[in-house]
Amino acid sequence: METKMQEKNISANELEQCVKCTVCTAYCPVLKVSVIYPGPKQSGPDGERYRLKSSLFMDNNIKYCLNCKRCEVVCPSGVKIADIIHSARETYGRQIPKVRDFILASTDLMGSVASPFAPVVNAVTGLGATKFVLDKVMAIDHRRTFPKYSGTKFETWFRKEAAPVQGTFKKRVSYFHGCYVNYNYPQLGKDFVTLMNALGVGVDLLEKERCCGVAKISSGMFDTARKHARINIASMEKAMSDGRKVLTTSTTCTLTMKDEYPDILGLDNTSVKDGIVLAIRYIYEMLEKGEAKIAFKEGYRARAAYHVPCHMEKMGLSIFTRKLLKMIPGMELVSLDSNCCGIAGTYGFKKENYARSQAIGKALFDNINAVNPDFVACECETCKWQIEMSTAYKVKNPVSILAEAVDIEKTKKLNNA
Amino acid sequence: MIPAQTTNDFDVIIIGGGITGTGTARDCALRGLRVLLVERDDIATGATGRNHGLLHSGARYAVKDSESAEECIRENTILRKIAAHCVEDTQGLFITLPEDEEIGYGLDYQKQFIDACTRAGIKATAMDPREAIAMEPSVNPALIGAVQVPDGSVDPFRLCSANLVDAKLHGAKVLTYHELVEIIREGDTVRGVRVRNKTTGQTSAYFAPVTVNAAGIWGHQVAEMAGVHVGMYPAKGALLIFAHRVNNVVINRCRKSADGDILVPGDTVSVIGTTSTKIPFEECDDVRVTPEEVDLMLREGSRLAPSLMTTRVLRAYAGVRPLVSADNDPTGRNISRGIVCLDHEKRDGLRGFITITGGKLMTYRLMAEMATDAVCEKLGVTVGCSTATTPLPGSESSDIKEISKKLWKMPTIAQKASVGRVGTRASQIKADDRFERSLVCECEQVSVAEVRSAMDNLDVHNLVDLRRRTRVGMGTCQGQLCACRAAGLLGKNRLCVKKEREDLASFMEERWKGLRPVAWGDALRGAELSAWEYSEVLGFDKEDEQ
Repeated sequence: METKMQEKNISANELEQCVKCTVCTAYCPVLKVSVIYPGPKQSGPDGERYRLKSSLFMDNNIKYCLNCKRCEVVCPSGVKIADIIHSARETYGRQIPKVRDFILASTDLMGSVASPFAPVVNAVTGLGATKFVLDKVMAIDHRRTFPKYSGTKFETWFRKEAAPVQGTFKKRVSYFHGCYVNYNYPQLGKDFVTLMNALGVGVDLLEKERCCGVAKISSGMFDTARKHARINIASMEKAMSDGRKVLTTSTTCTLTMKDEYPDILGLDNTSVKDGIVLAIRYIYEMLEKGEAKIAFKEGYRARAAYHVPCHMEKMGLSIFTRKLLKMIPGMELVSLDSNCCGIAGTYGFKKENYARSQAIGKALFDNINAVNPDFVACECETCKWQIEMSTAYKVKNPVSILAEAVDIEKTKKLNNA
Repeated sequence: MIPAQTTNDFDVIIIGGGITGTGTARDCALRGLRVLLVERDDIATGATGRNHGLLHSGARYAVKDSESAEECIRENTILRKIAAHCVEDTQGLFITLPEDEEIGYGLDYQKQFIDACTRAGIKATAMDPREAIAMEPSVNPALIGAVQVPDGSVDPFRLCSANLVDAKLHGAKVLTYHELVEIIREGDTVRGVRVRNKTTGQTSAYFAPVTVNAAGIWGHQVAEMAGVHVGMYPAKGALLIFAHRVNNVVINRCRKSADGDILVPGDTVSVIGTTSTKIPFEECDDVRVTPEEVDLMLREGSRLAPSLMTTRVLRAYAGVRPLVSADNDPTGRNISRGIVCLDHEKRDGLRGFITITGGKLMTYRLMAEMATDAVCEKLGVTVGCSTATTPLPGSESSDIKEISKKLWKMPTIAQKASVGRVGTRASQIKADDRFERSLVCECEQVSVAEVRSAMDNLDVHNLVDLRRRTRVGMGTCQGQLCACRAAGLLGKNRLCVKKEREDLASFMEERWKGLRPVAWGDALRGAELSAWEYSEVLGFDKEDEQ
């Protein structure tokens, strides 16, 4: 259908919907601690008008954007501010990433190289000397704690231990585990499979899964991100052909595949967008609709502080986590103030960002310390690294918390699993 | 009564601060004349600041008016050199659409068009549709052919200001906000002018052997005041500004000139226009854009670039072309855009009085040269014209990157934007501290330092003047964030809060005038927010009620 004259304004990433209210600027966590970043309004819709005139007006300091998307959450006009910024980095910015950025961005490649040698790699990356070299040569900050690599990849475990029994379930979902679960923390994937199975749902992996691409986007490797995204979209399309959903446990992978694929990478994901569901939401809705039942362990006691990751705020899904965790008898859930932890994936690893990253996170760290919980509940893996490095508290994914609190055997029985 | 003066303080008095007047003032000053320029308002308030800002290649006139076409391409080449910081080399396309073929403007006409351009000395290259789309992705993909010509865009405010700056550097005296109340005549000789200072109300007389009427469409009345008649033809042209750059190459239609057939990218926006409607002289001071004109621009504009259908419109404005009427054509399109330079001594027997009119922004320099030649002839001065080769102040180089690098180690976007606006004169914009570097206008990247420099050096009397010099308030927010900041700086300078409040209110009123014809969608939302901020946060309405 033809659009009527001026019926609505269309512009790239809703650039023209901006009415200059400046709310985004007030909520930008980077701007609160740093003046080098021009801020969301200037880097986004304002700067874009100048960049449209000439690439001469590209300000490289827009790279200090965390892509936390808090600006987009608060924008009353629906301007995709962070998307404008990140698209500009591709269109007008430097095209060849540094070696460091390549390494940080290649969460998949590094994972597959490091995993077989996990004990050695973990020991080496933990060494002061290694950190010194990484800092000086690669500009990866020496104060940063590296995520540990797991000896056995999640995929390997799944194929050996879990895959054979999945055939017994009538109801099935596919699982996009992401690099973090695969290489660094398979336990979360295991918890997820255990929980889903107990709820009477079988889990399959995608035929082909590639890194969602978020780290590549933030390091400027747009073409690689696009290549991977195409494979993921095709795999998910195939999985969804029988009407099933693709579940995720990573907020950022979810956001990337749902929103960044079309908005930043310019890829059409309409065939899979709605079928990608964060596990926590899927579980809640199953319970809510009575499609599954759940039984909790007796005597489970915990006091958790819930930190909503920025991308969870953006997707507006934290309500599901809150509701689910509050179902657990014996769970005291304290909501932390809405703050960015400051790491933003690989951002905080870069030497030039370390101090800024920690300054941004300070409000959150102080808040956690004041609450003094048993642990922090949070869906995001990089928030986990940041909080565990910067406070004395452990961070658990709500899926793992649930798996811990649920009486698996009883639940299985309830669901005839 | 002012006593009769016997000596002349000036060699020439120029009436009108548009591009013709300021251009003539510069030329006269460069030739060593003592110049006085009087303007009833600010510079560039008439047709000068109310057009497309198109640096014509001349192609538009090539088929019908080869003289204008030749003038245009000559001046086009000259302006690229002497006004580098006011000009952007965007290149232009003349596109042929399927519907043009039906009315006899198909590819046969395109050939005729290219031949005419070539004869006039305009480089015109035919392109196939695919090449044209690659060159300008926003162009209507239905096109069946295109011709590339050396069009560009020119910022009339900058151009006018640069001419004035140079005139002053060469000793010219400038009185803006001075209204002409009398052309002083002694018998059949014009002796000078009597002007009223609009700020103080005081009237003064100035004398010179030659007075030049360069008042654009108002030149009609100026001539009447001198007792001679110049038959002017006020032709209104309406234009729309889109809120961001839709195109980076000028897009024209390759057919007979019509309404809404030129889309020009200028600075951060794109401008579509225009129309041609005869209006009565009484309306020249307050031309308004009608809803029909807005619709027409959008409809025709979307034939050039379909995305205009859905692109946010920032504002609408209209100007009045100072055409000199030759016949009774009701559209005004058939009147030559040719330059008219009248020596009233030869024409009417009135000595010491010259009218320079007609023409267009593109040919202002040539008009100024012709007027100055006439002045010099009267004065017996034999110095030749140098404006075709002497760069305007700021235009010594046009490389924004290079100029910025010389001035600052790590130039900010605002500093580069400043260089884009004032060229090499950006060296005068001091920005020593964070306050000076901070932004007054966020949409258009104007710093405190640039505003201060404009206030000190560029005859800024109020916020509207400041807008014309710096683009403060010309961006998406239309003054919402910047106008009150600029008012703060201006108020400090004039040491009067009350006056500055009035200035701010009238500035916002002026912004609203341009917004009103296009007040829907996001533009209206923006205006609502702005109105709310000014009344509820800054307490504007409230105080006025008291």
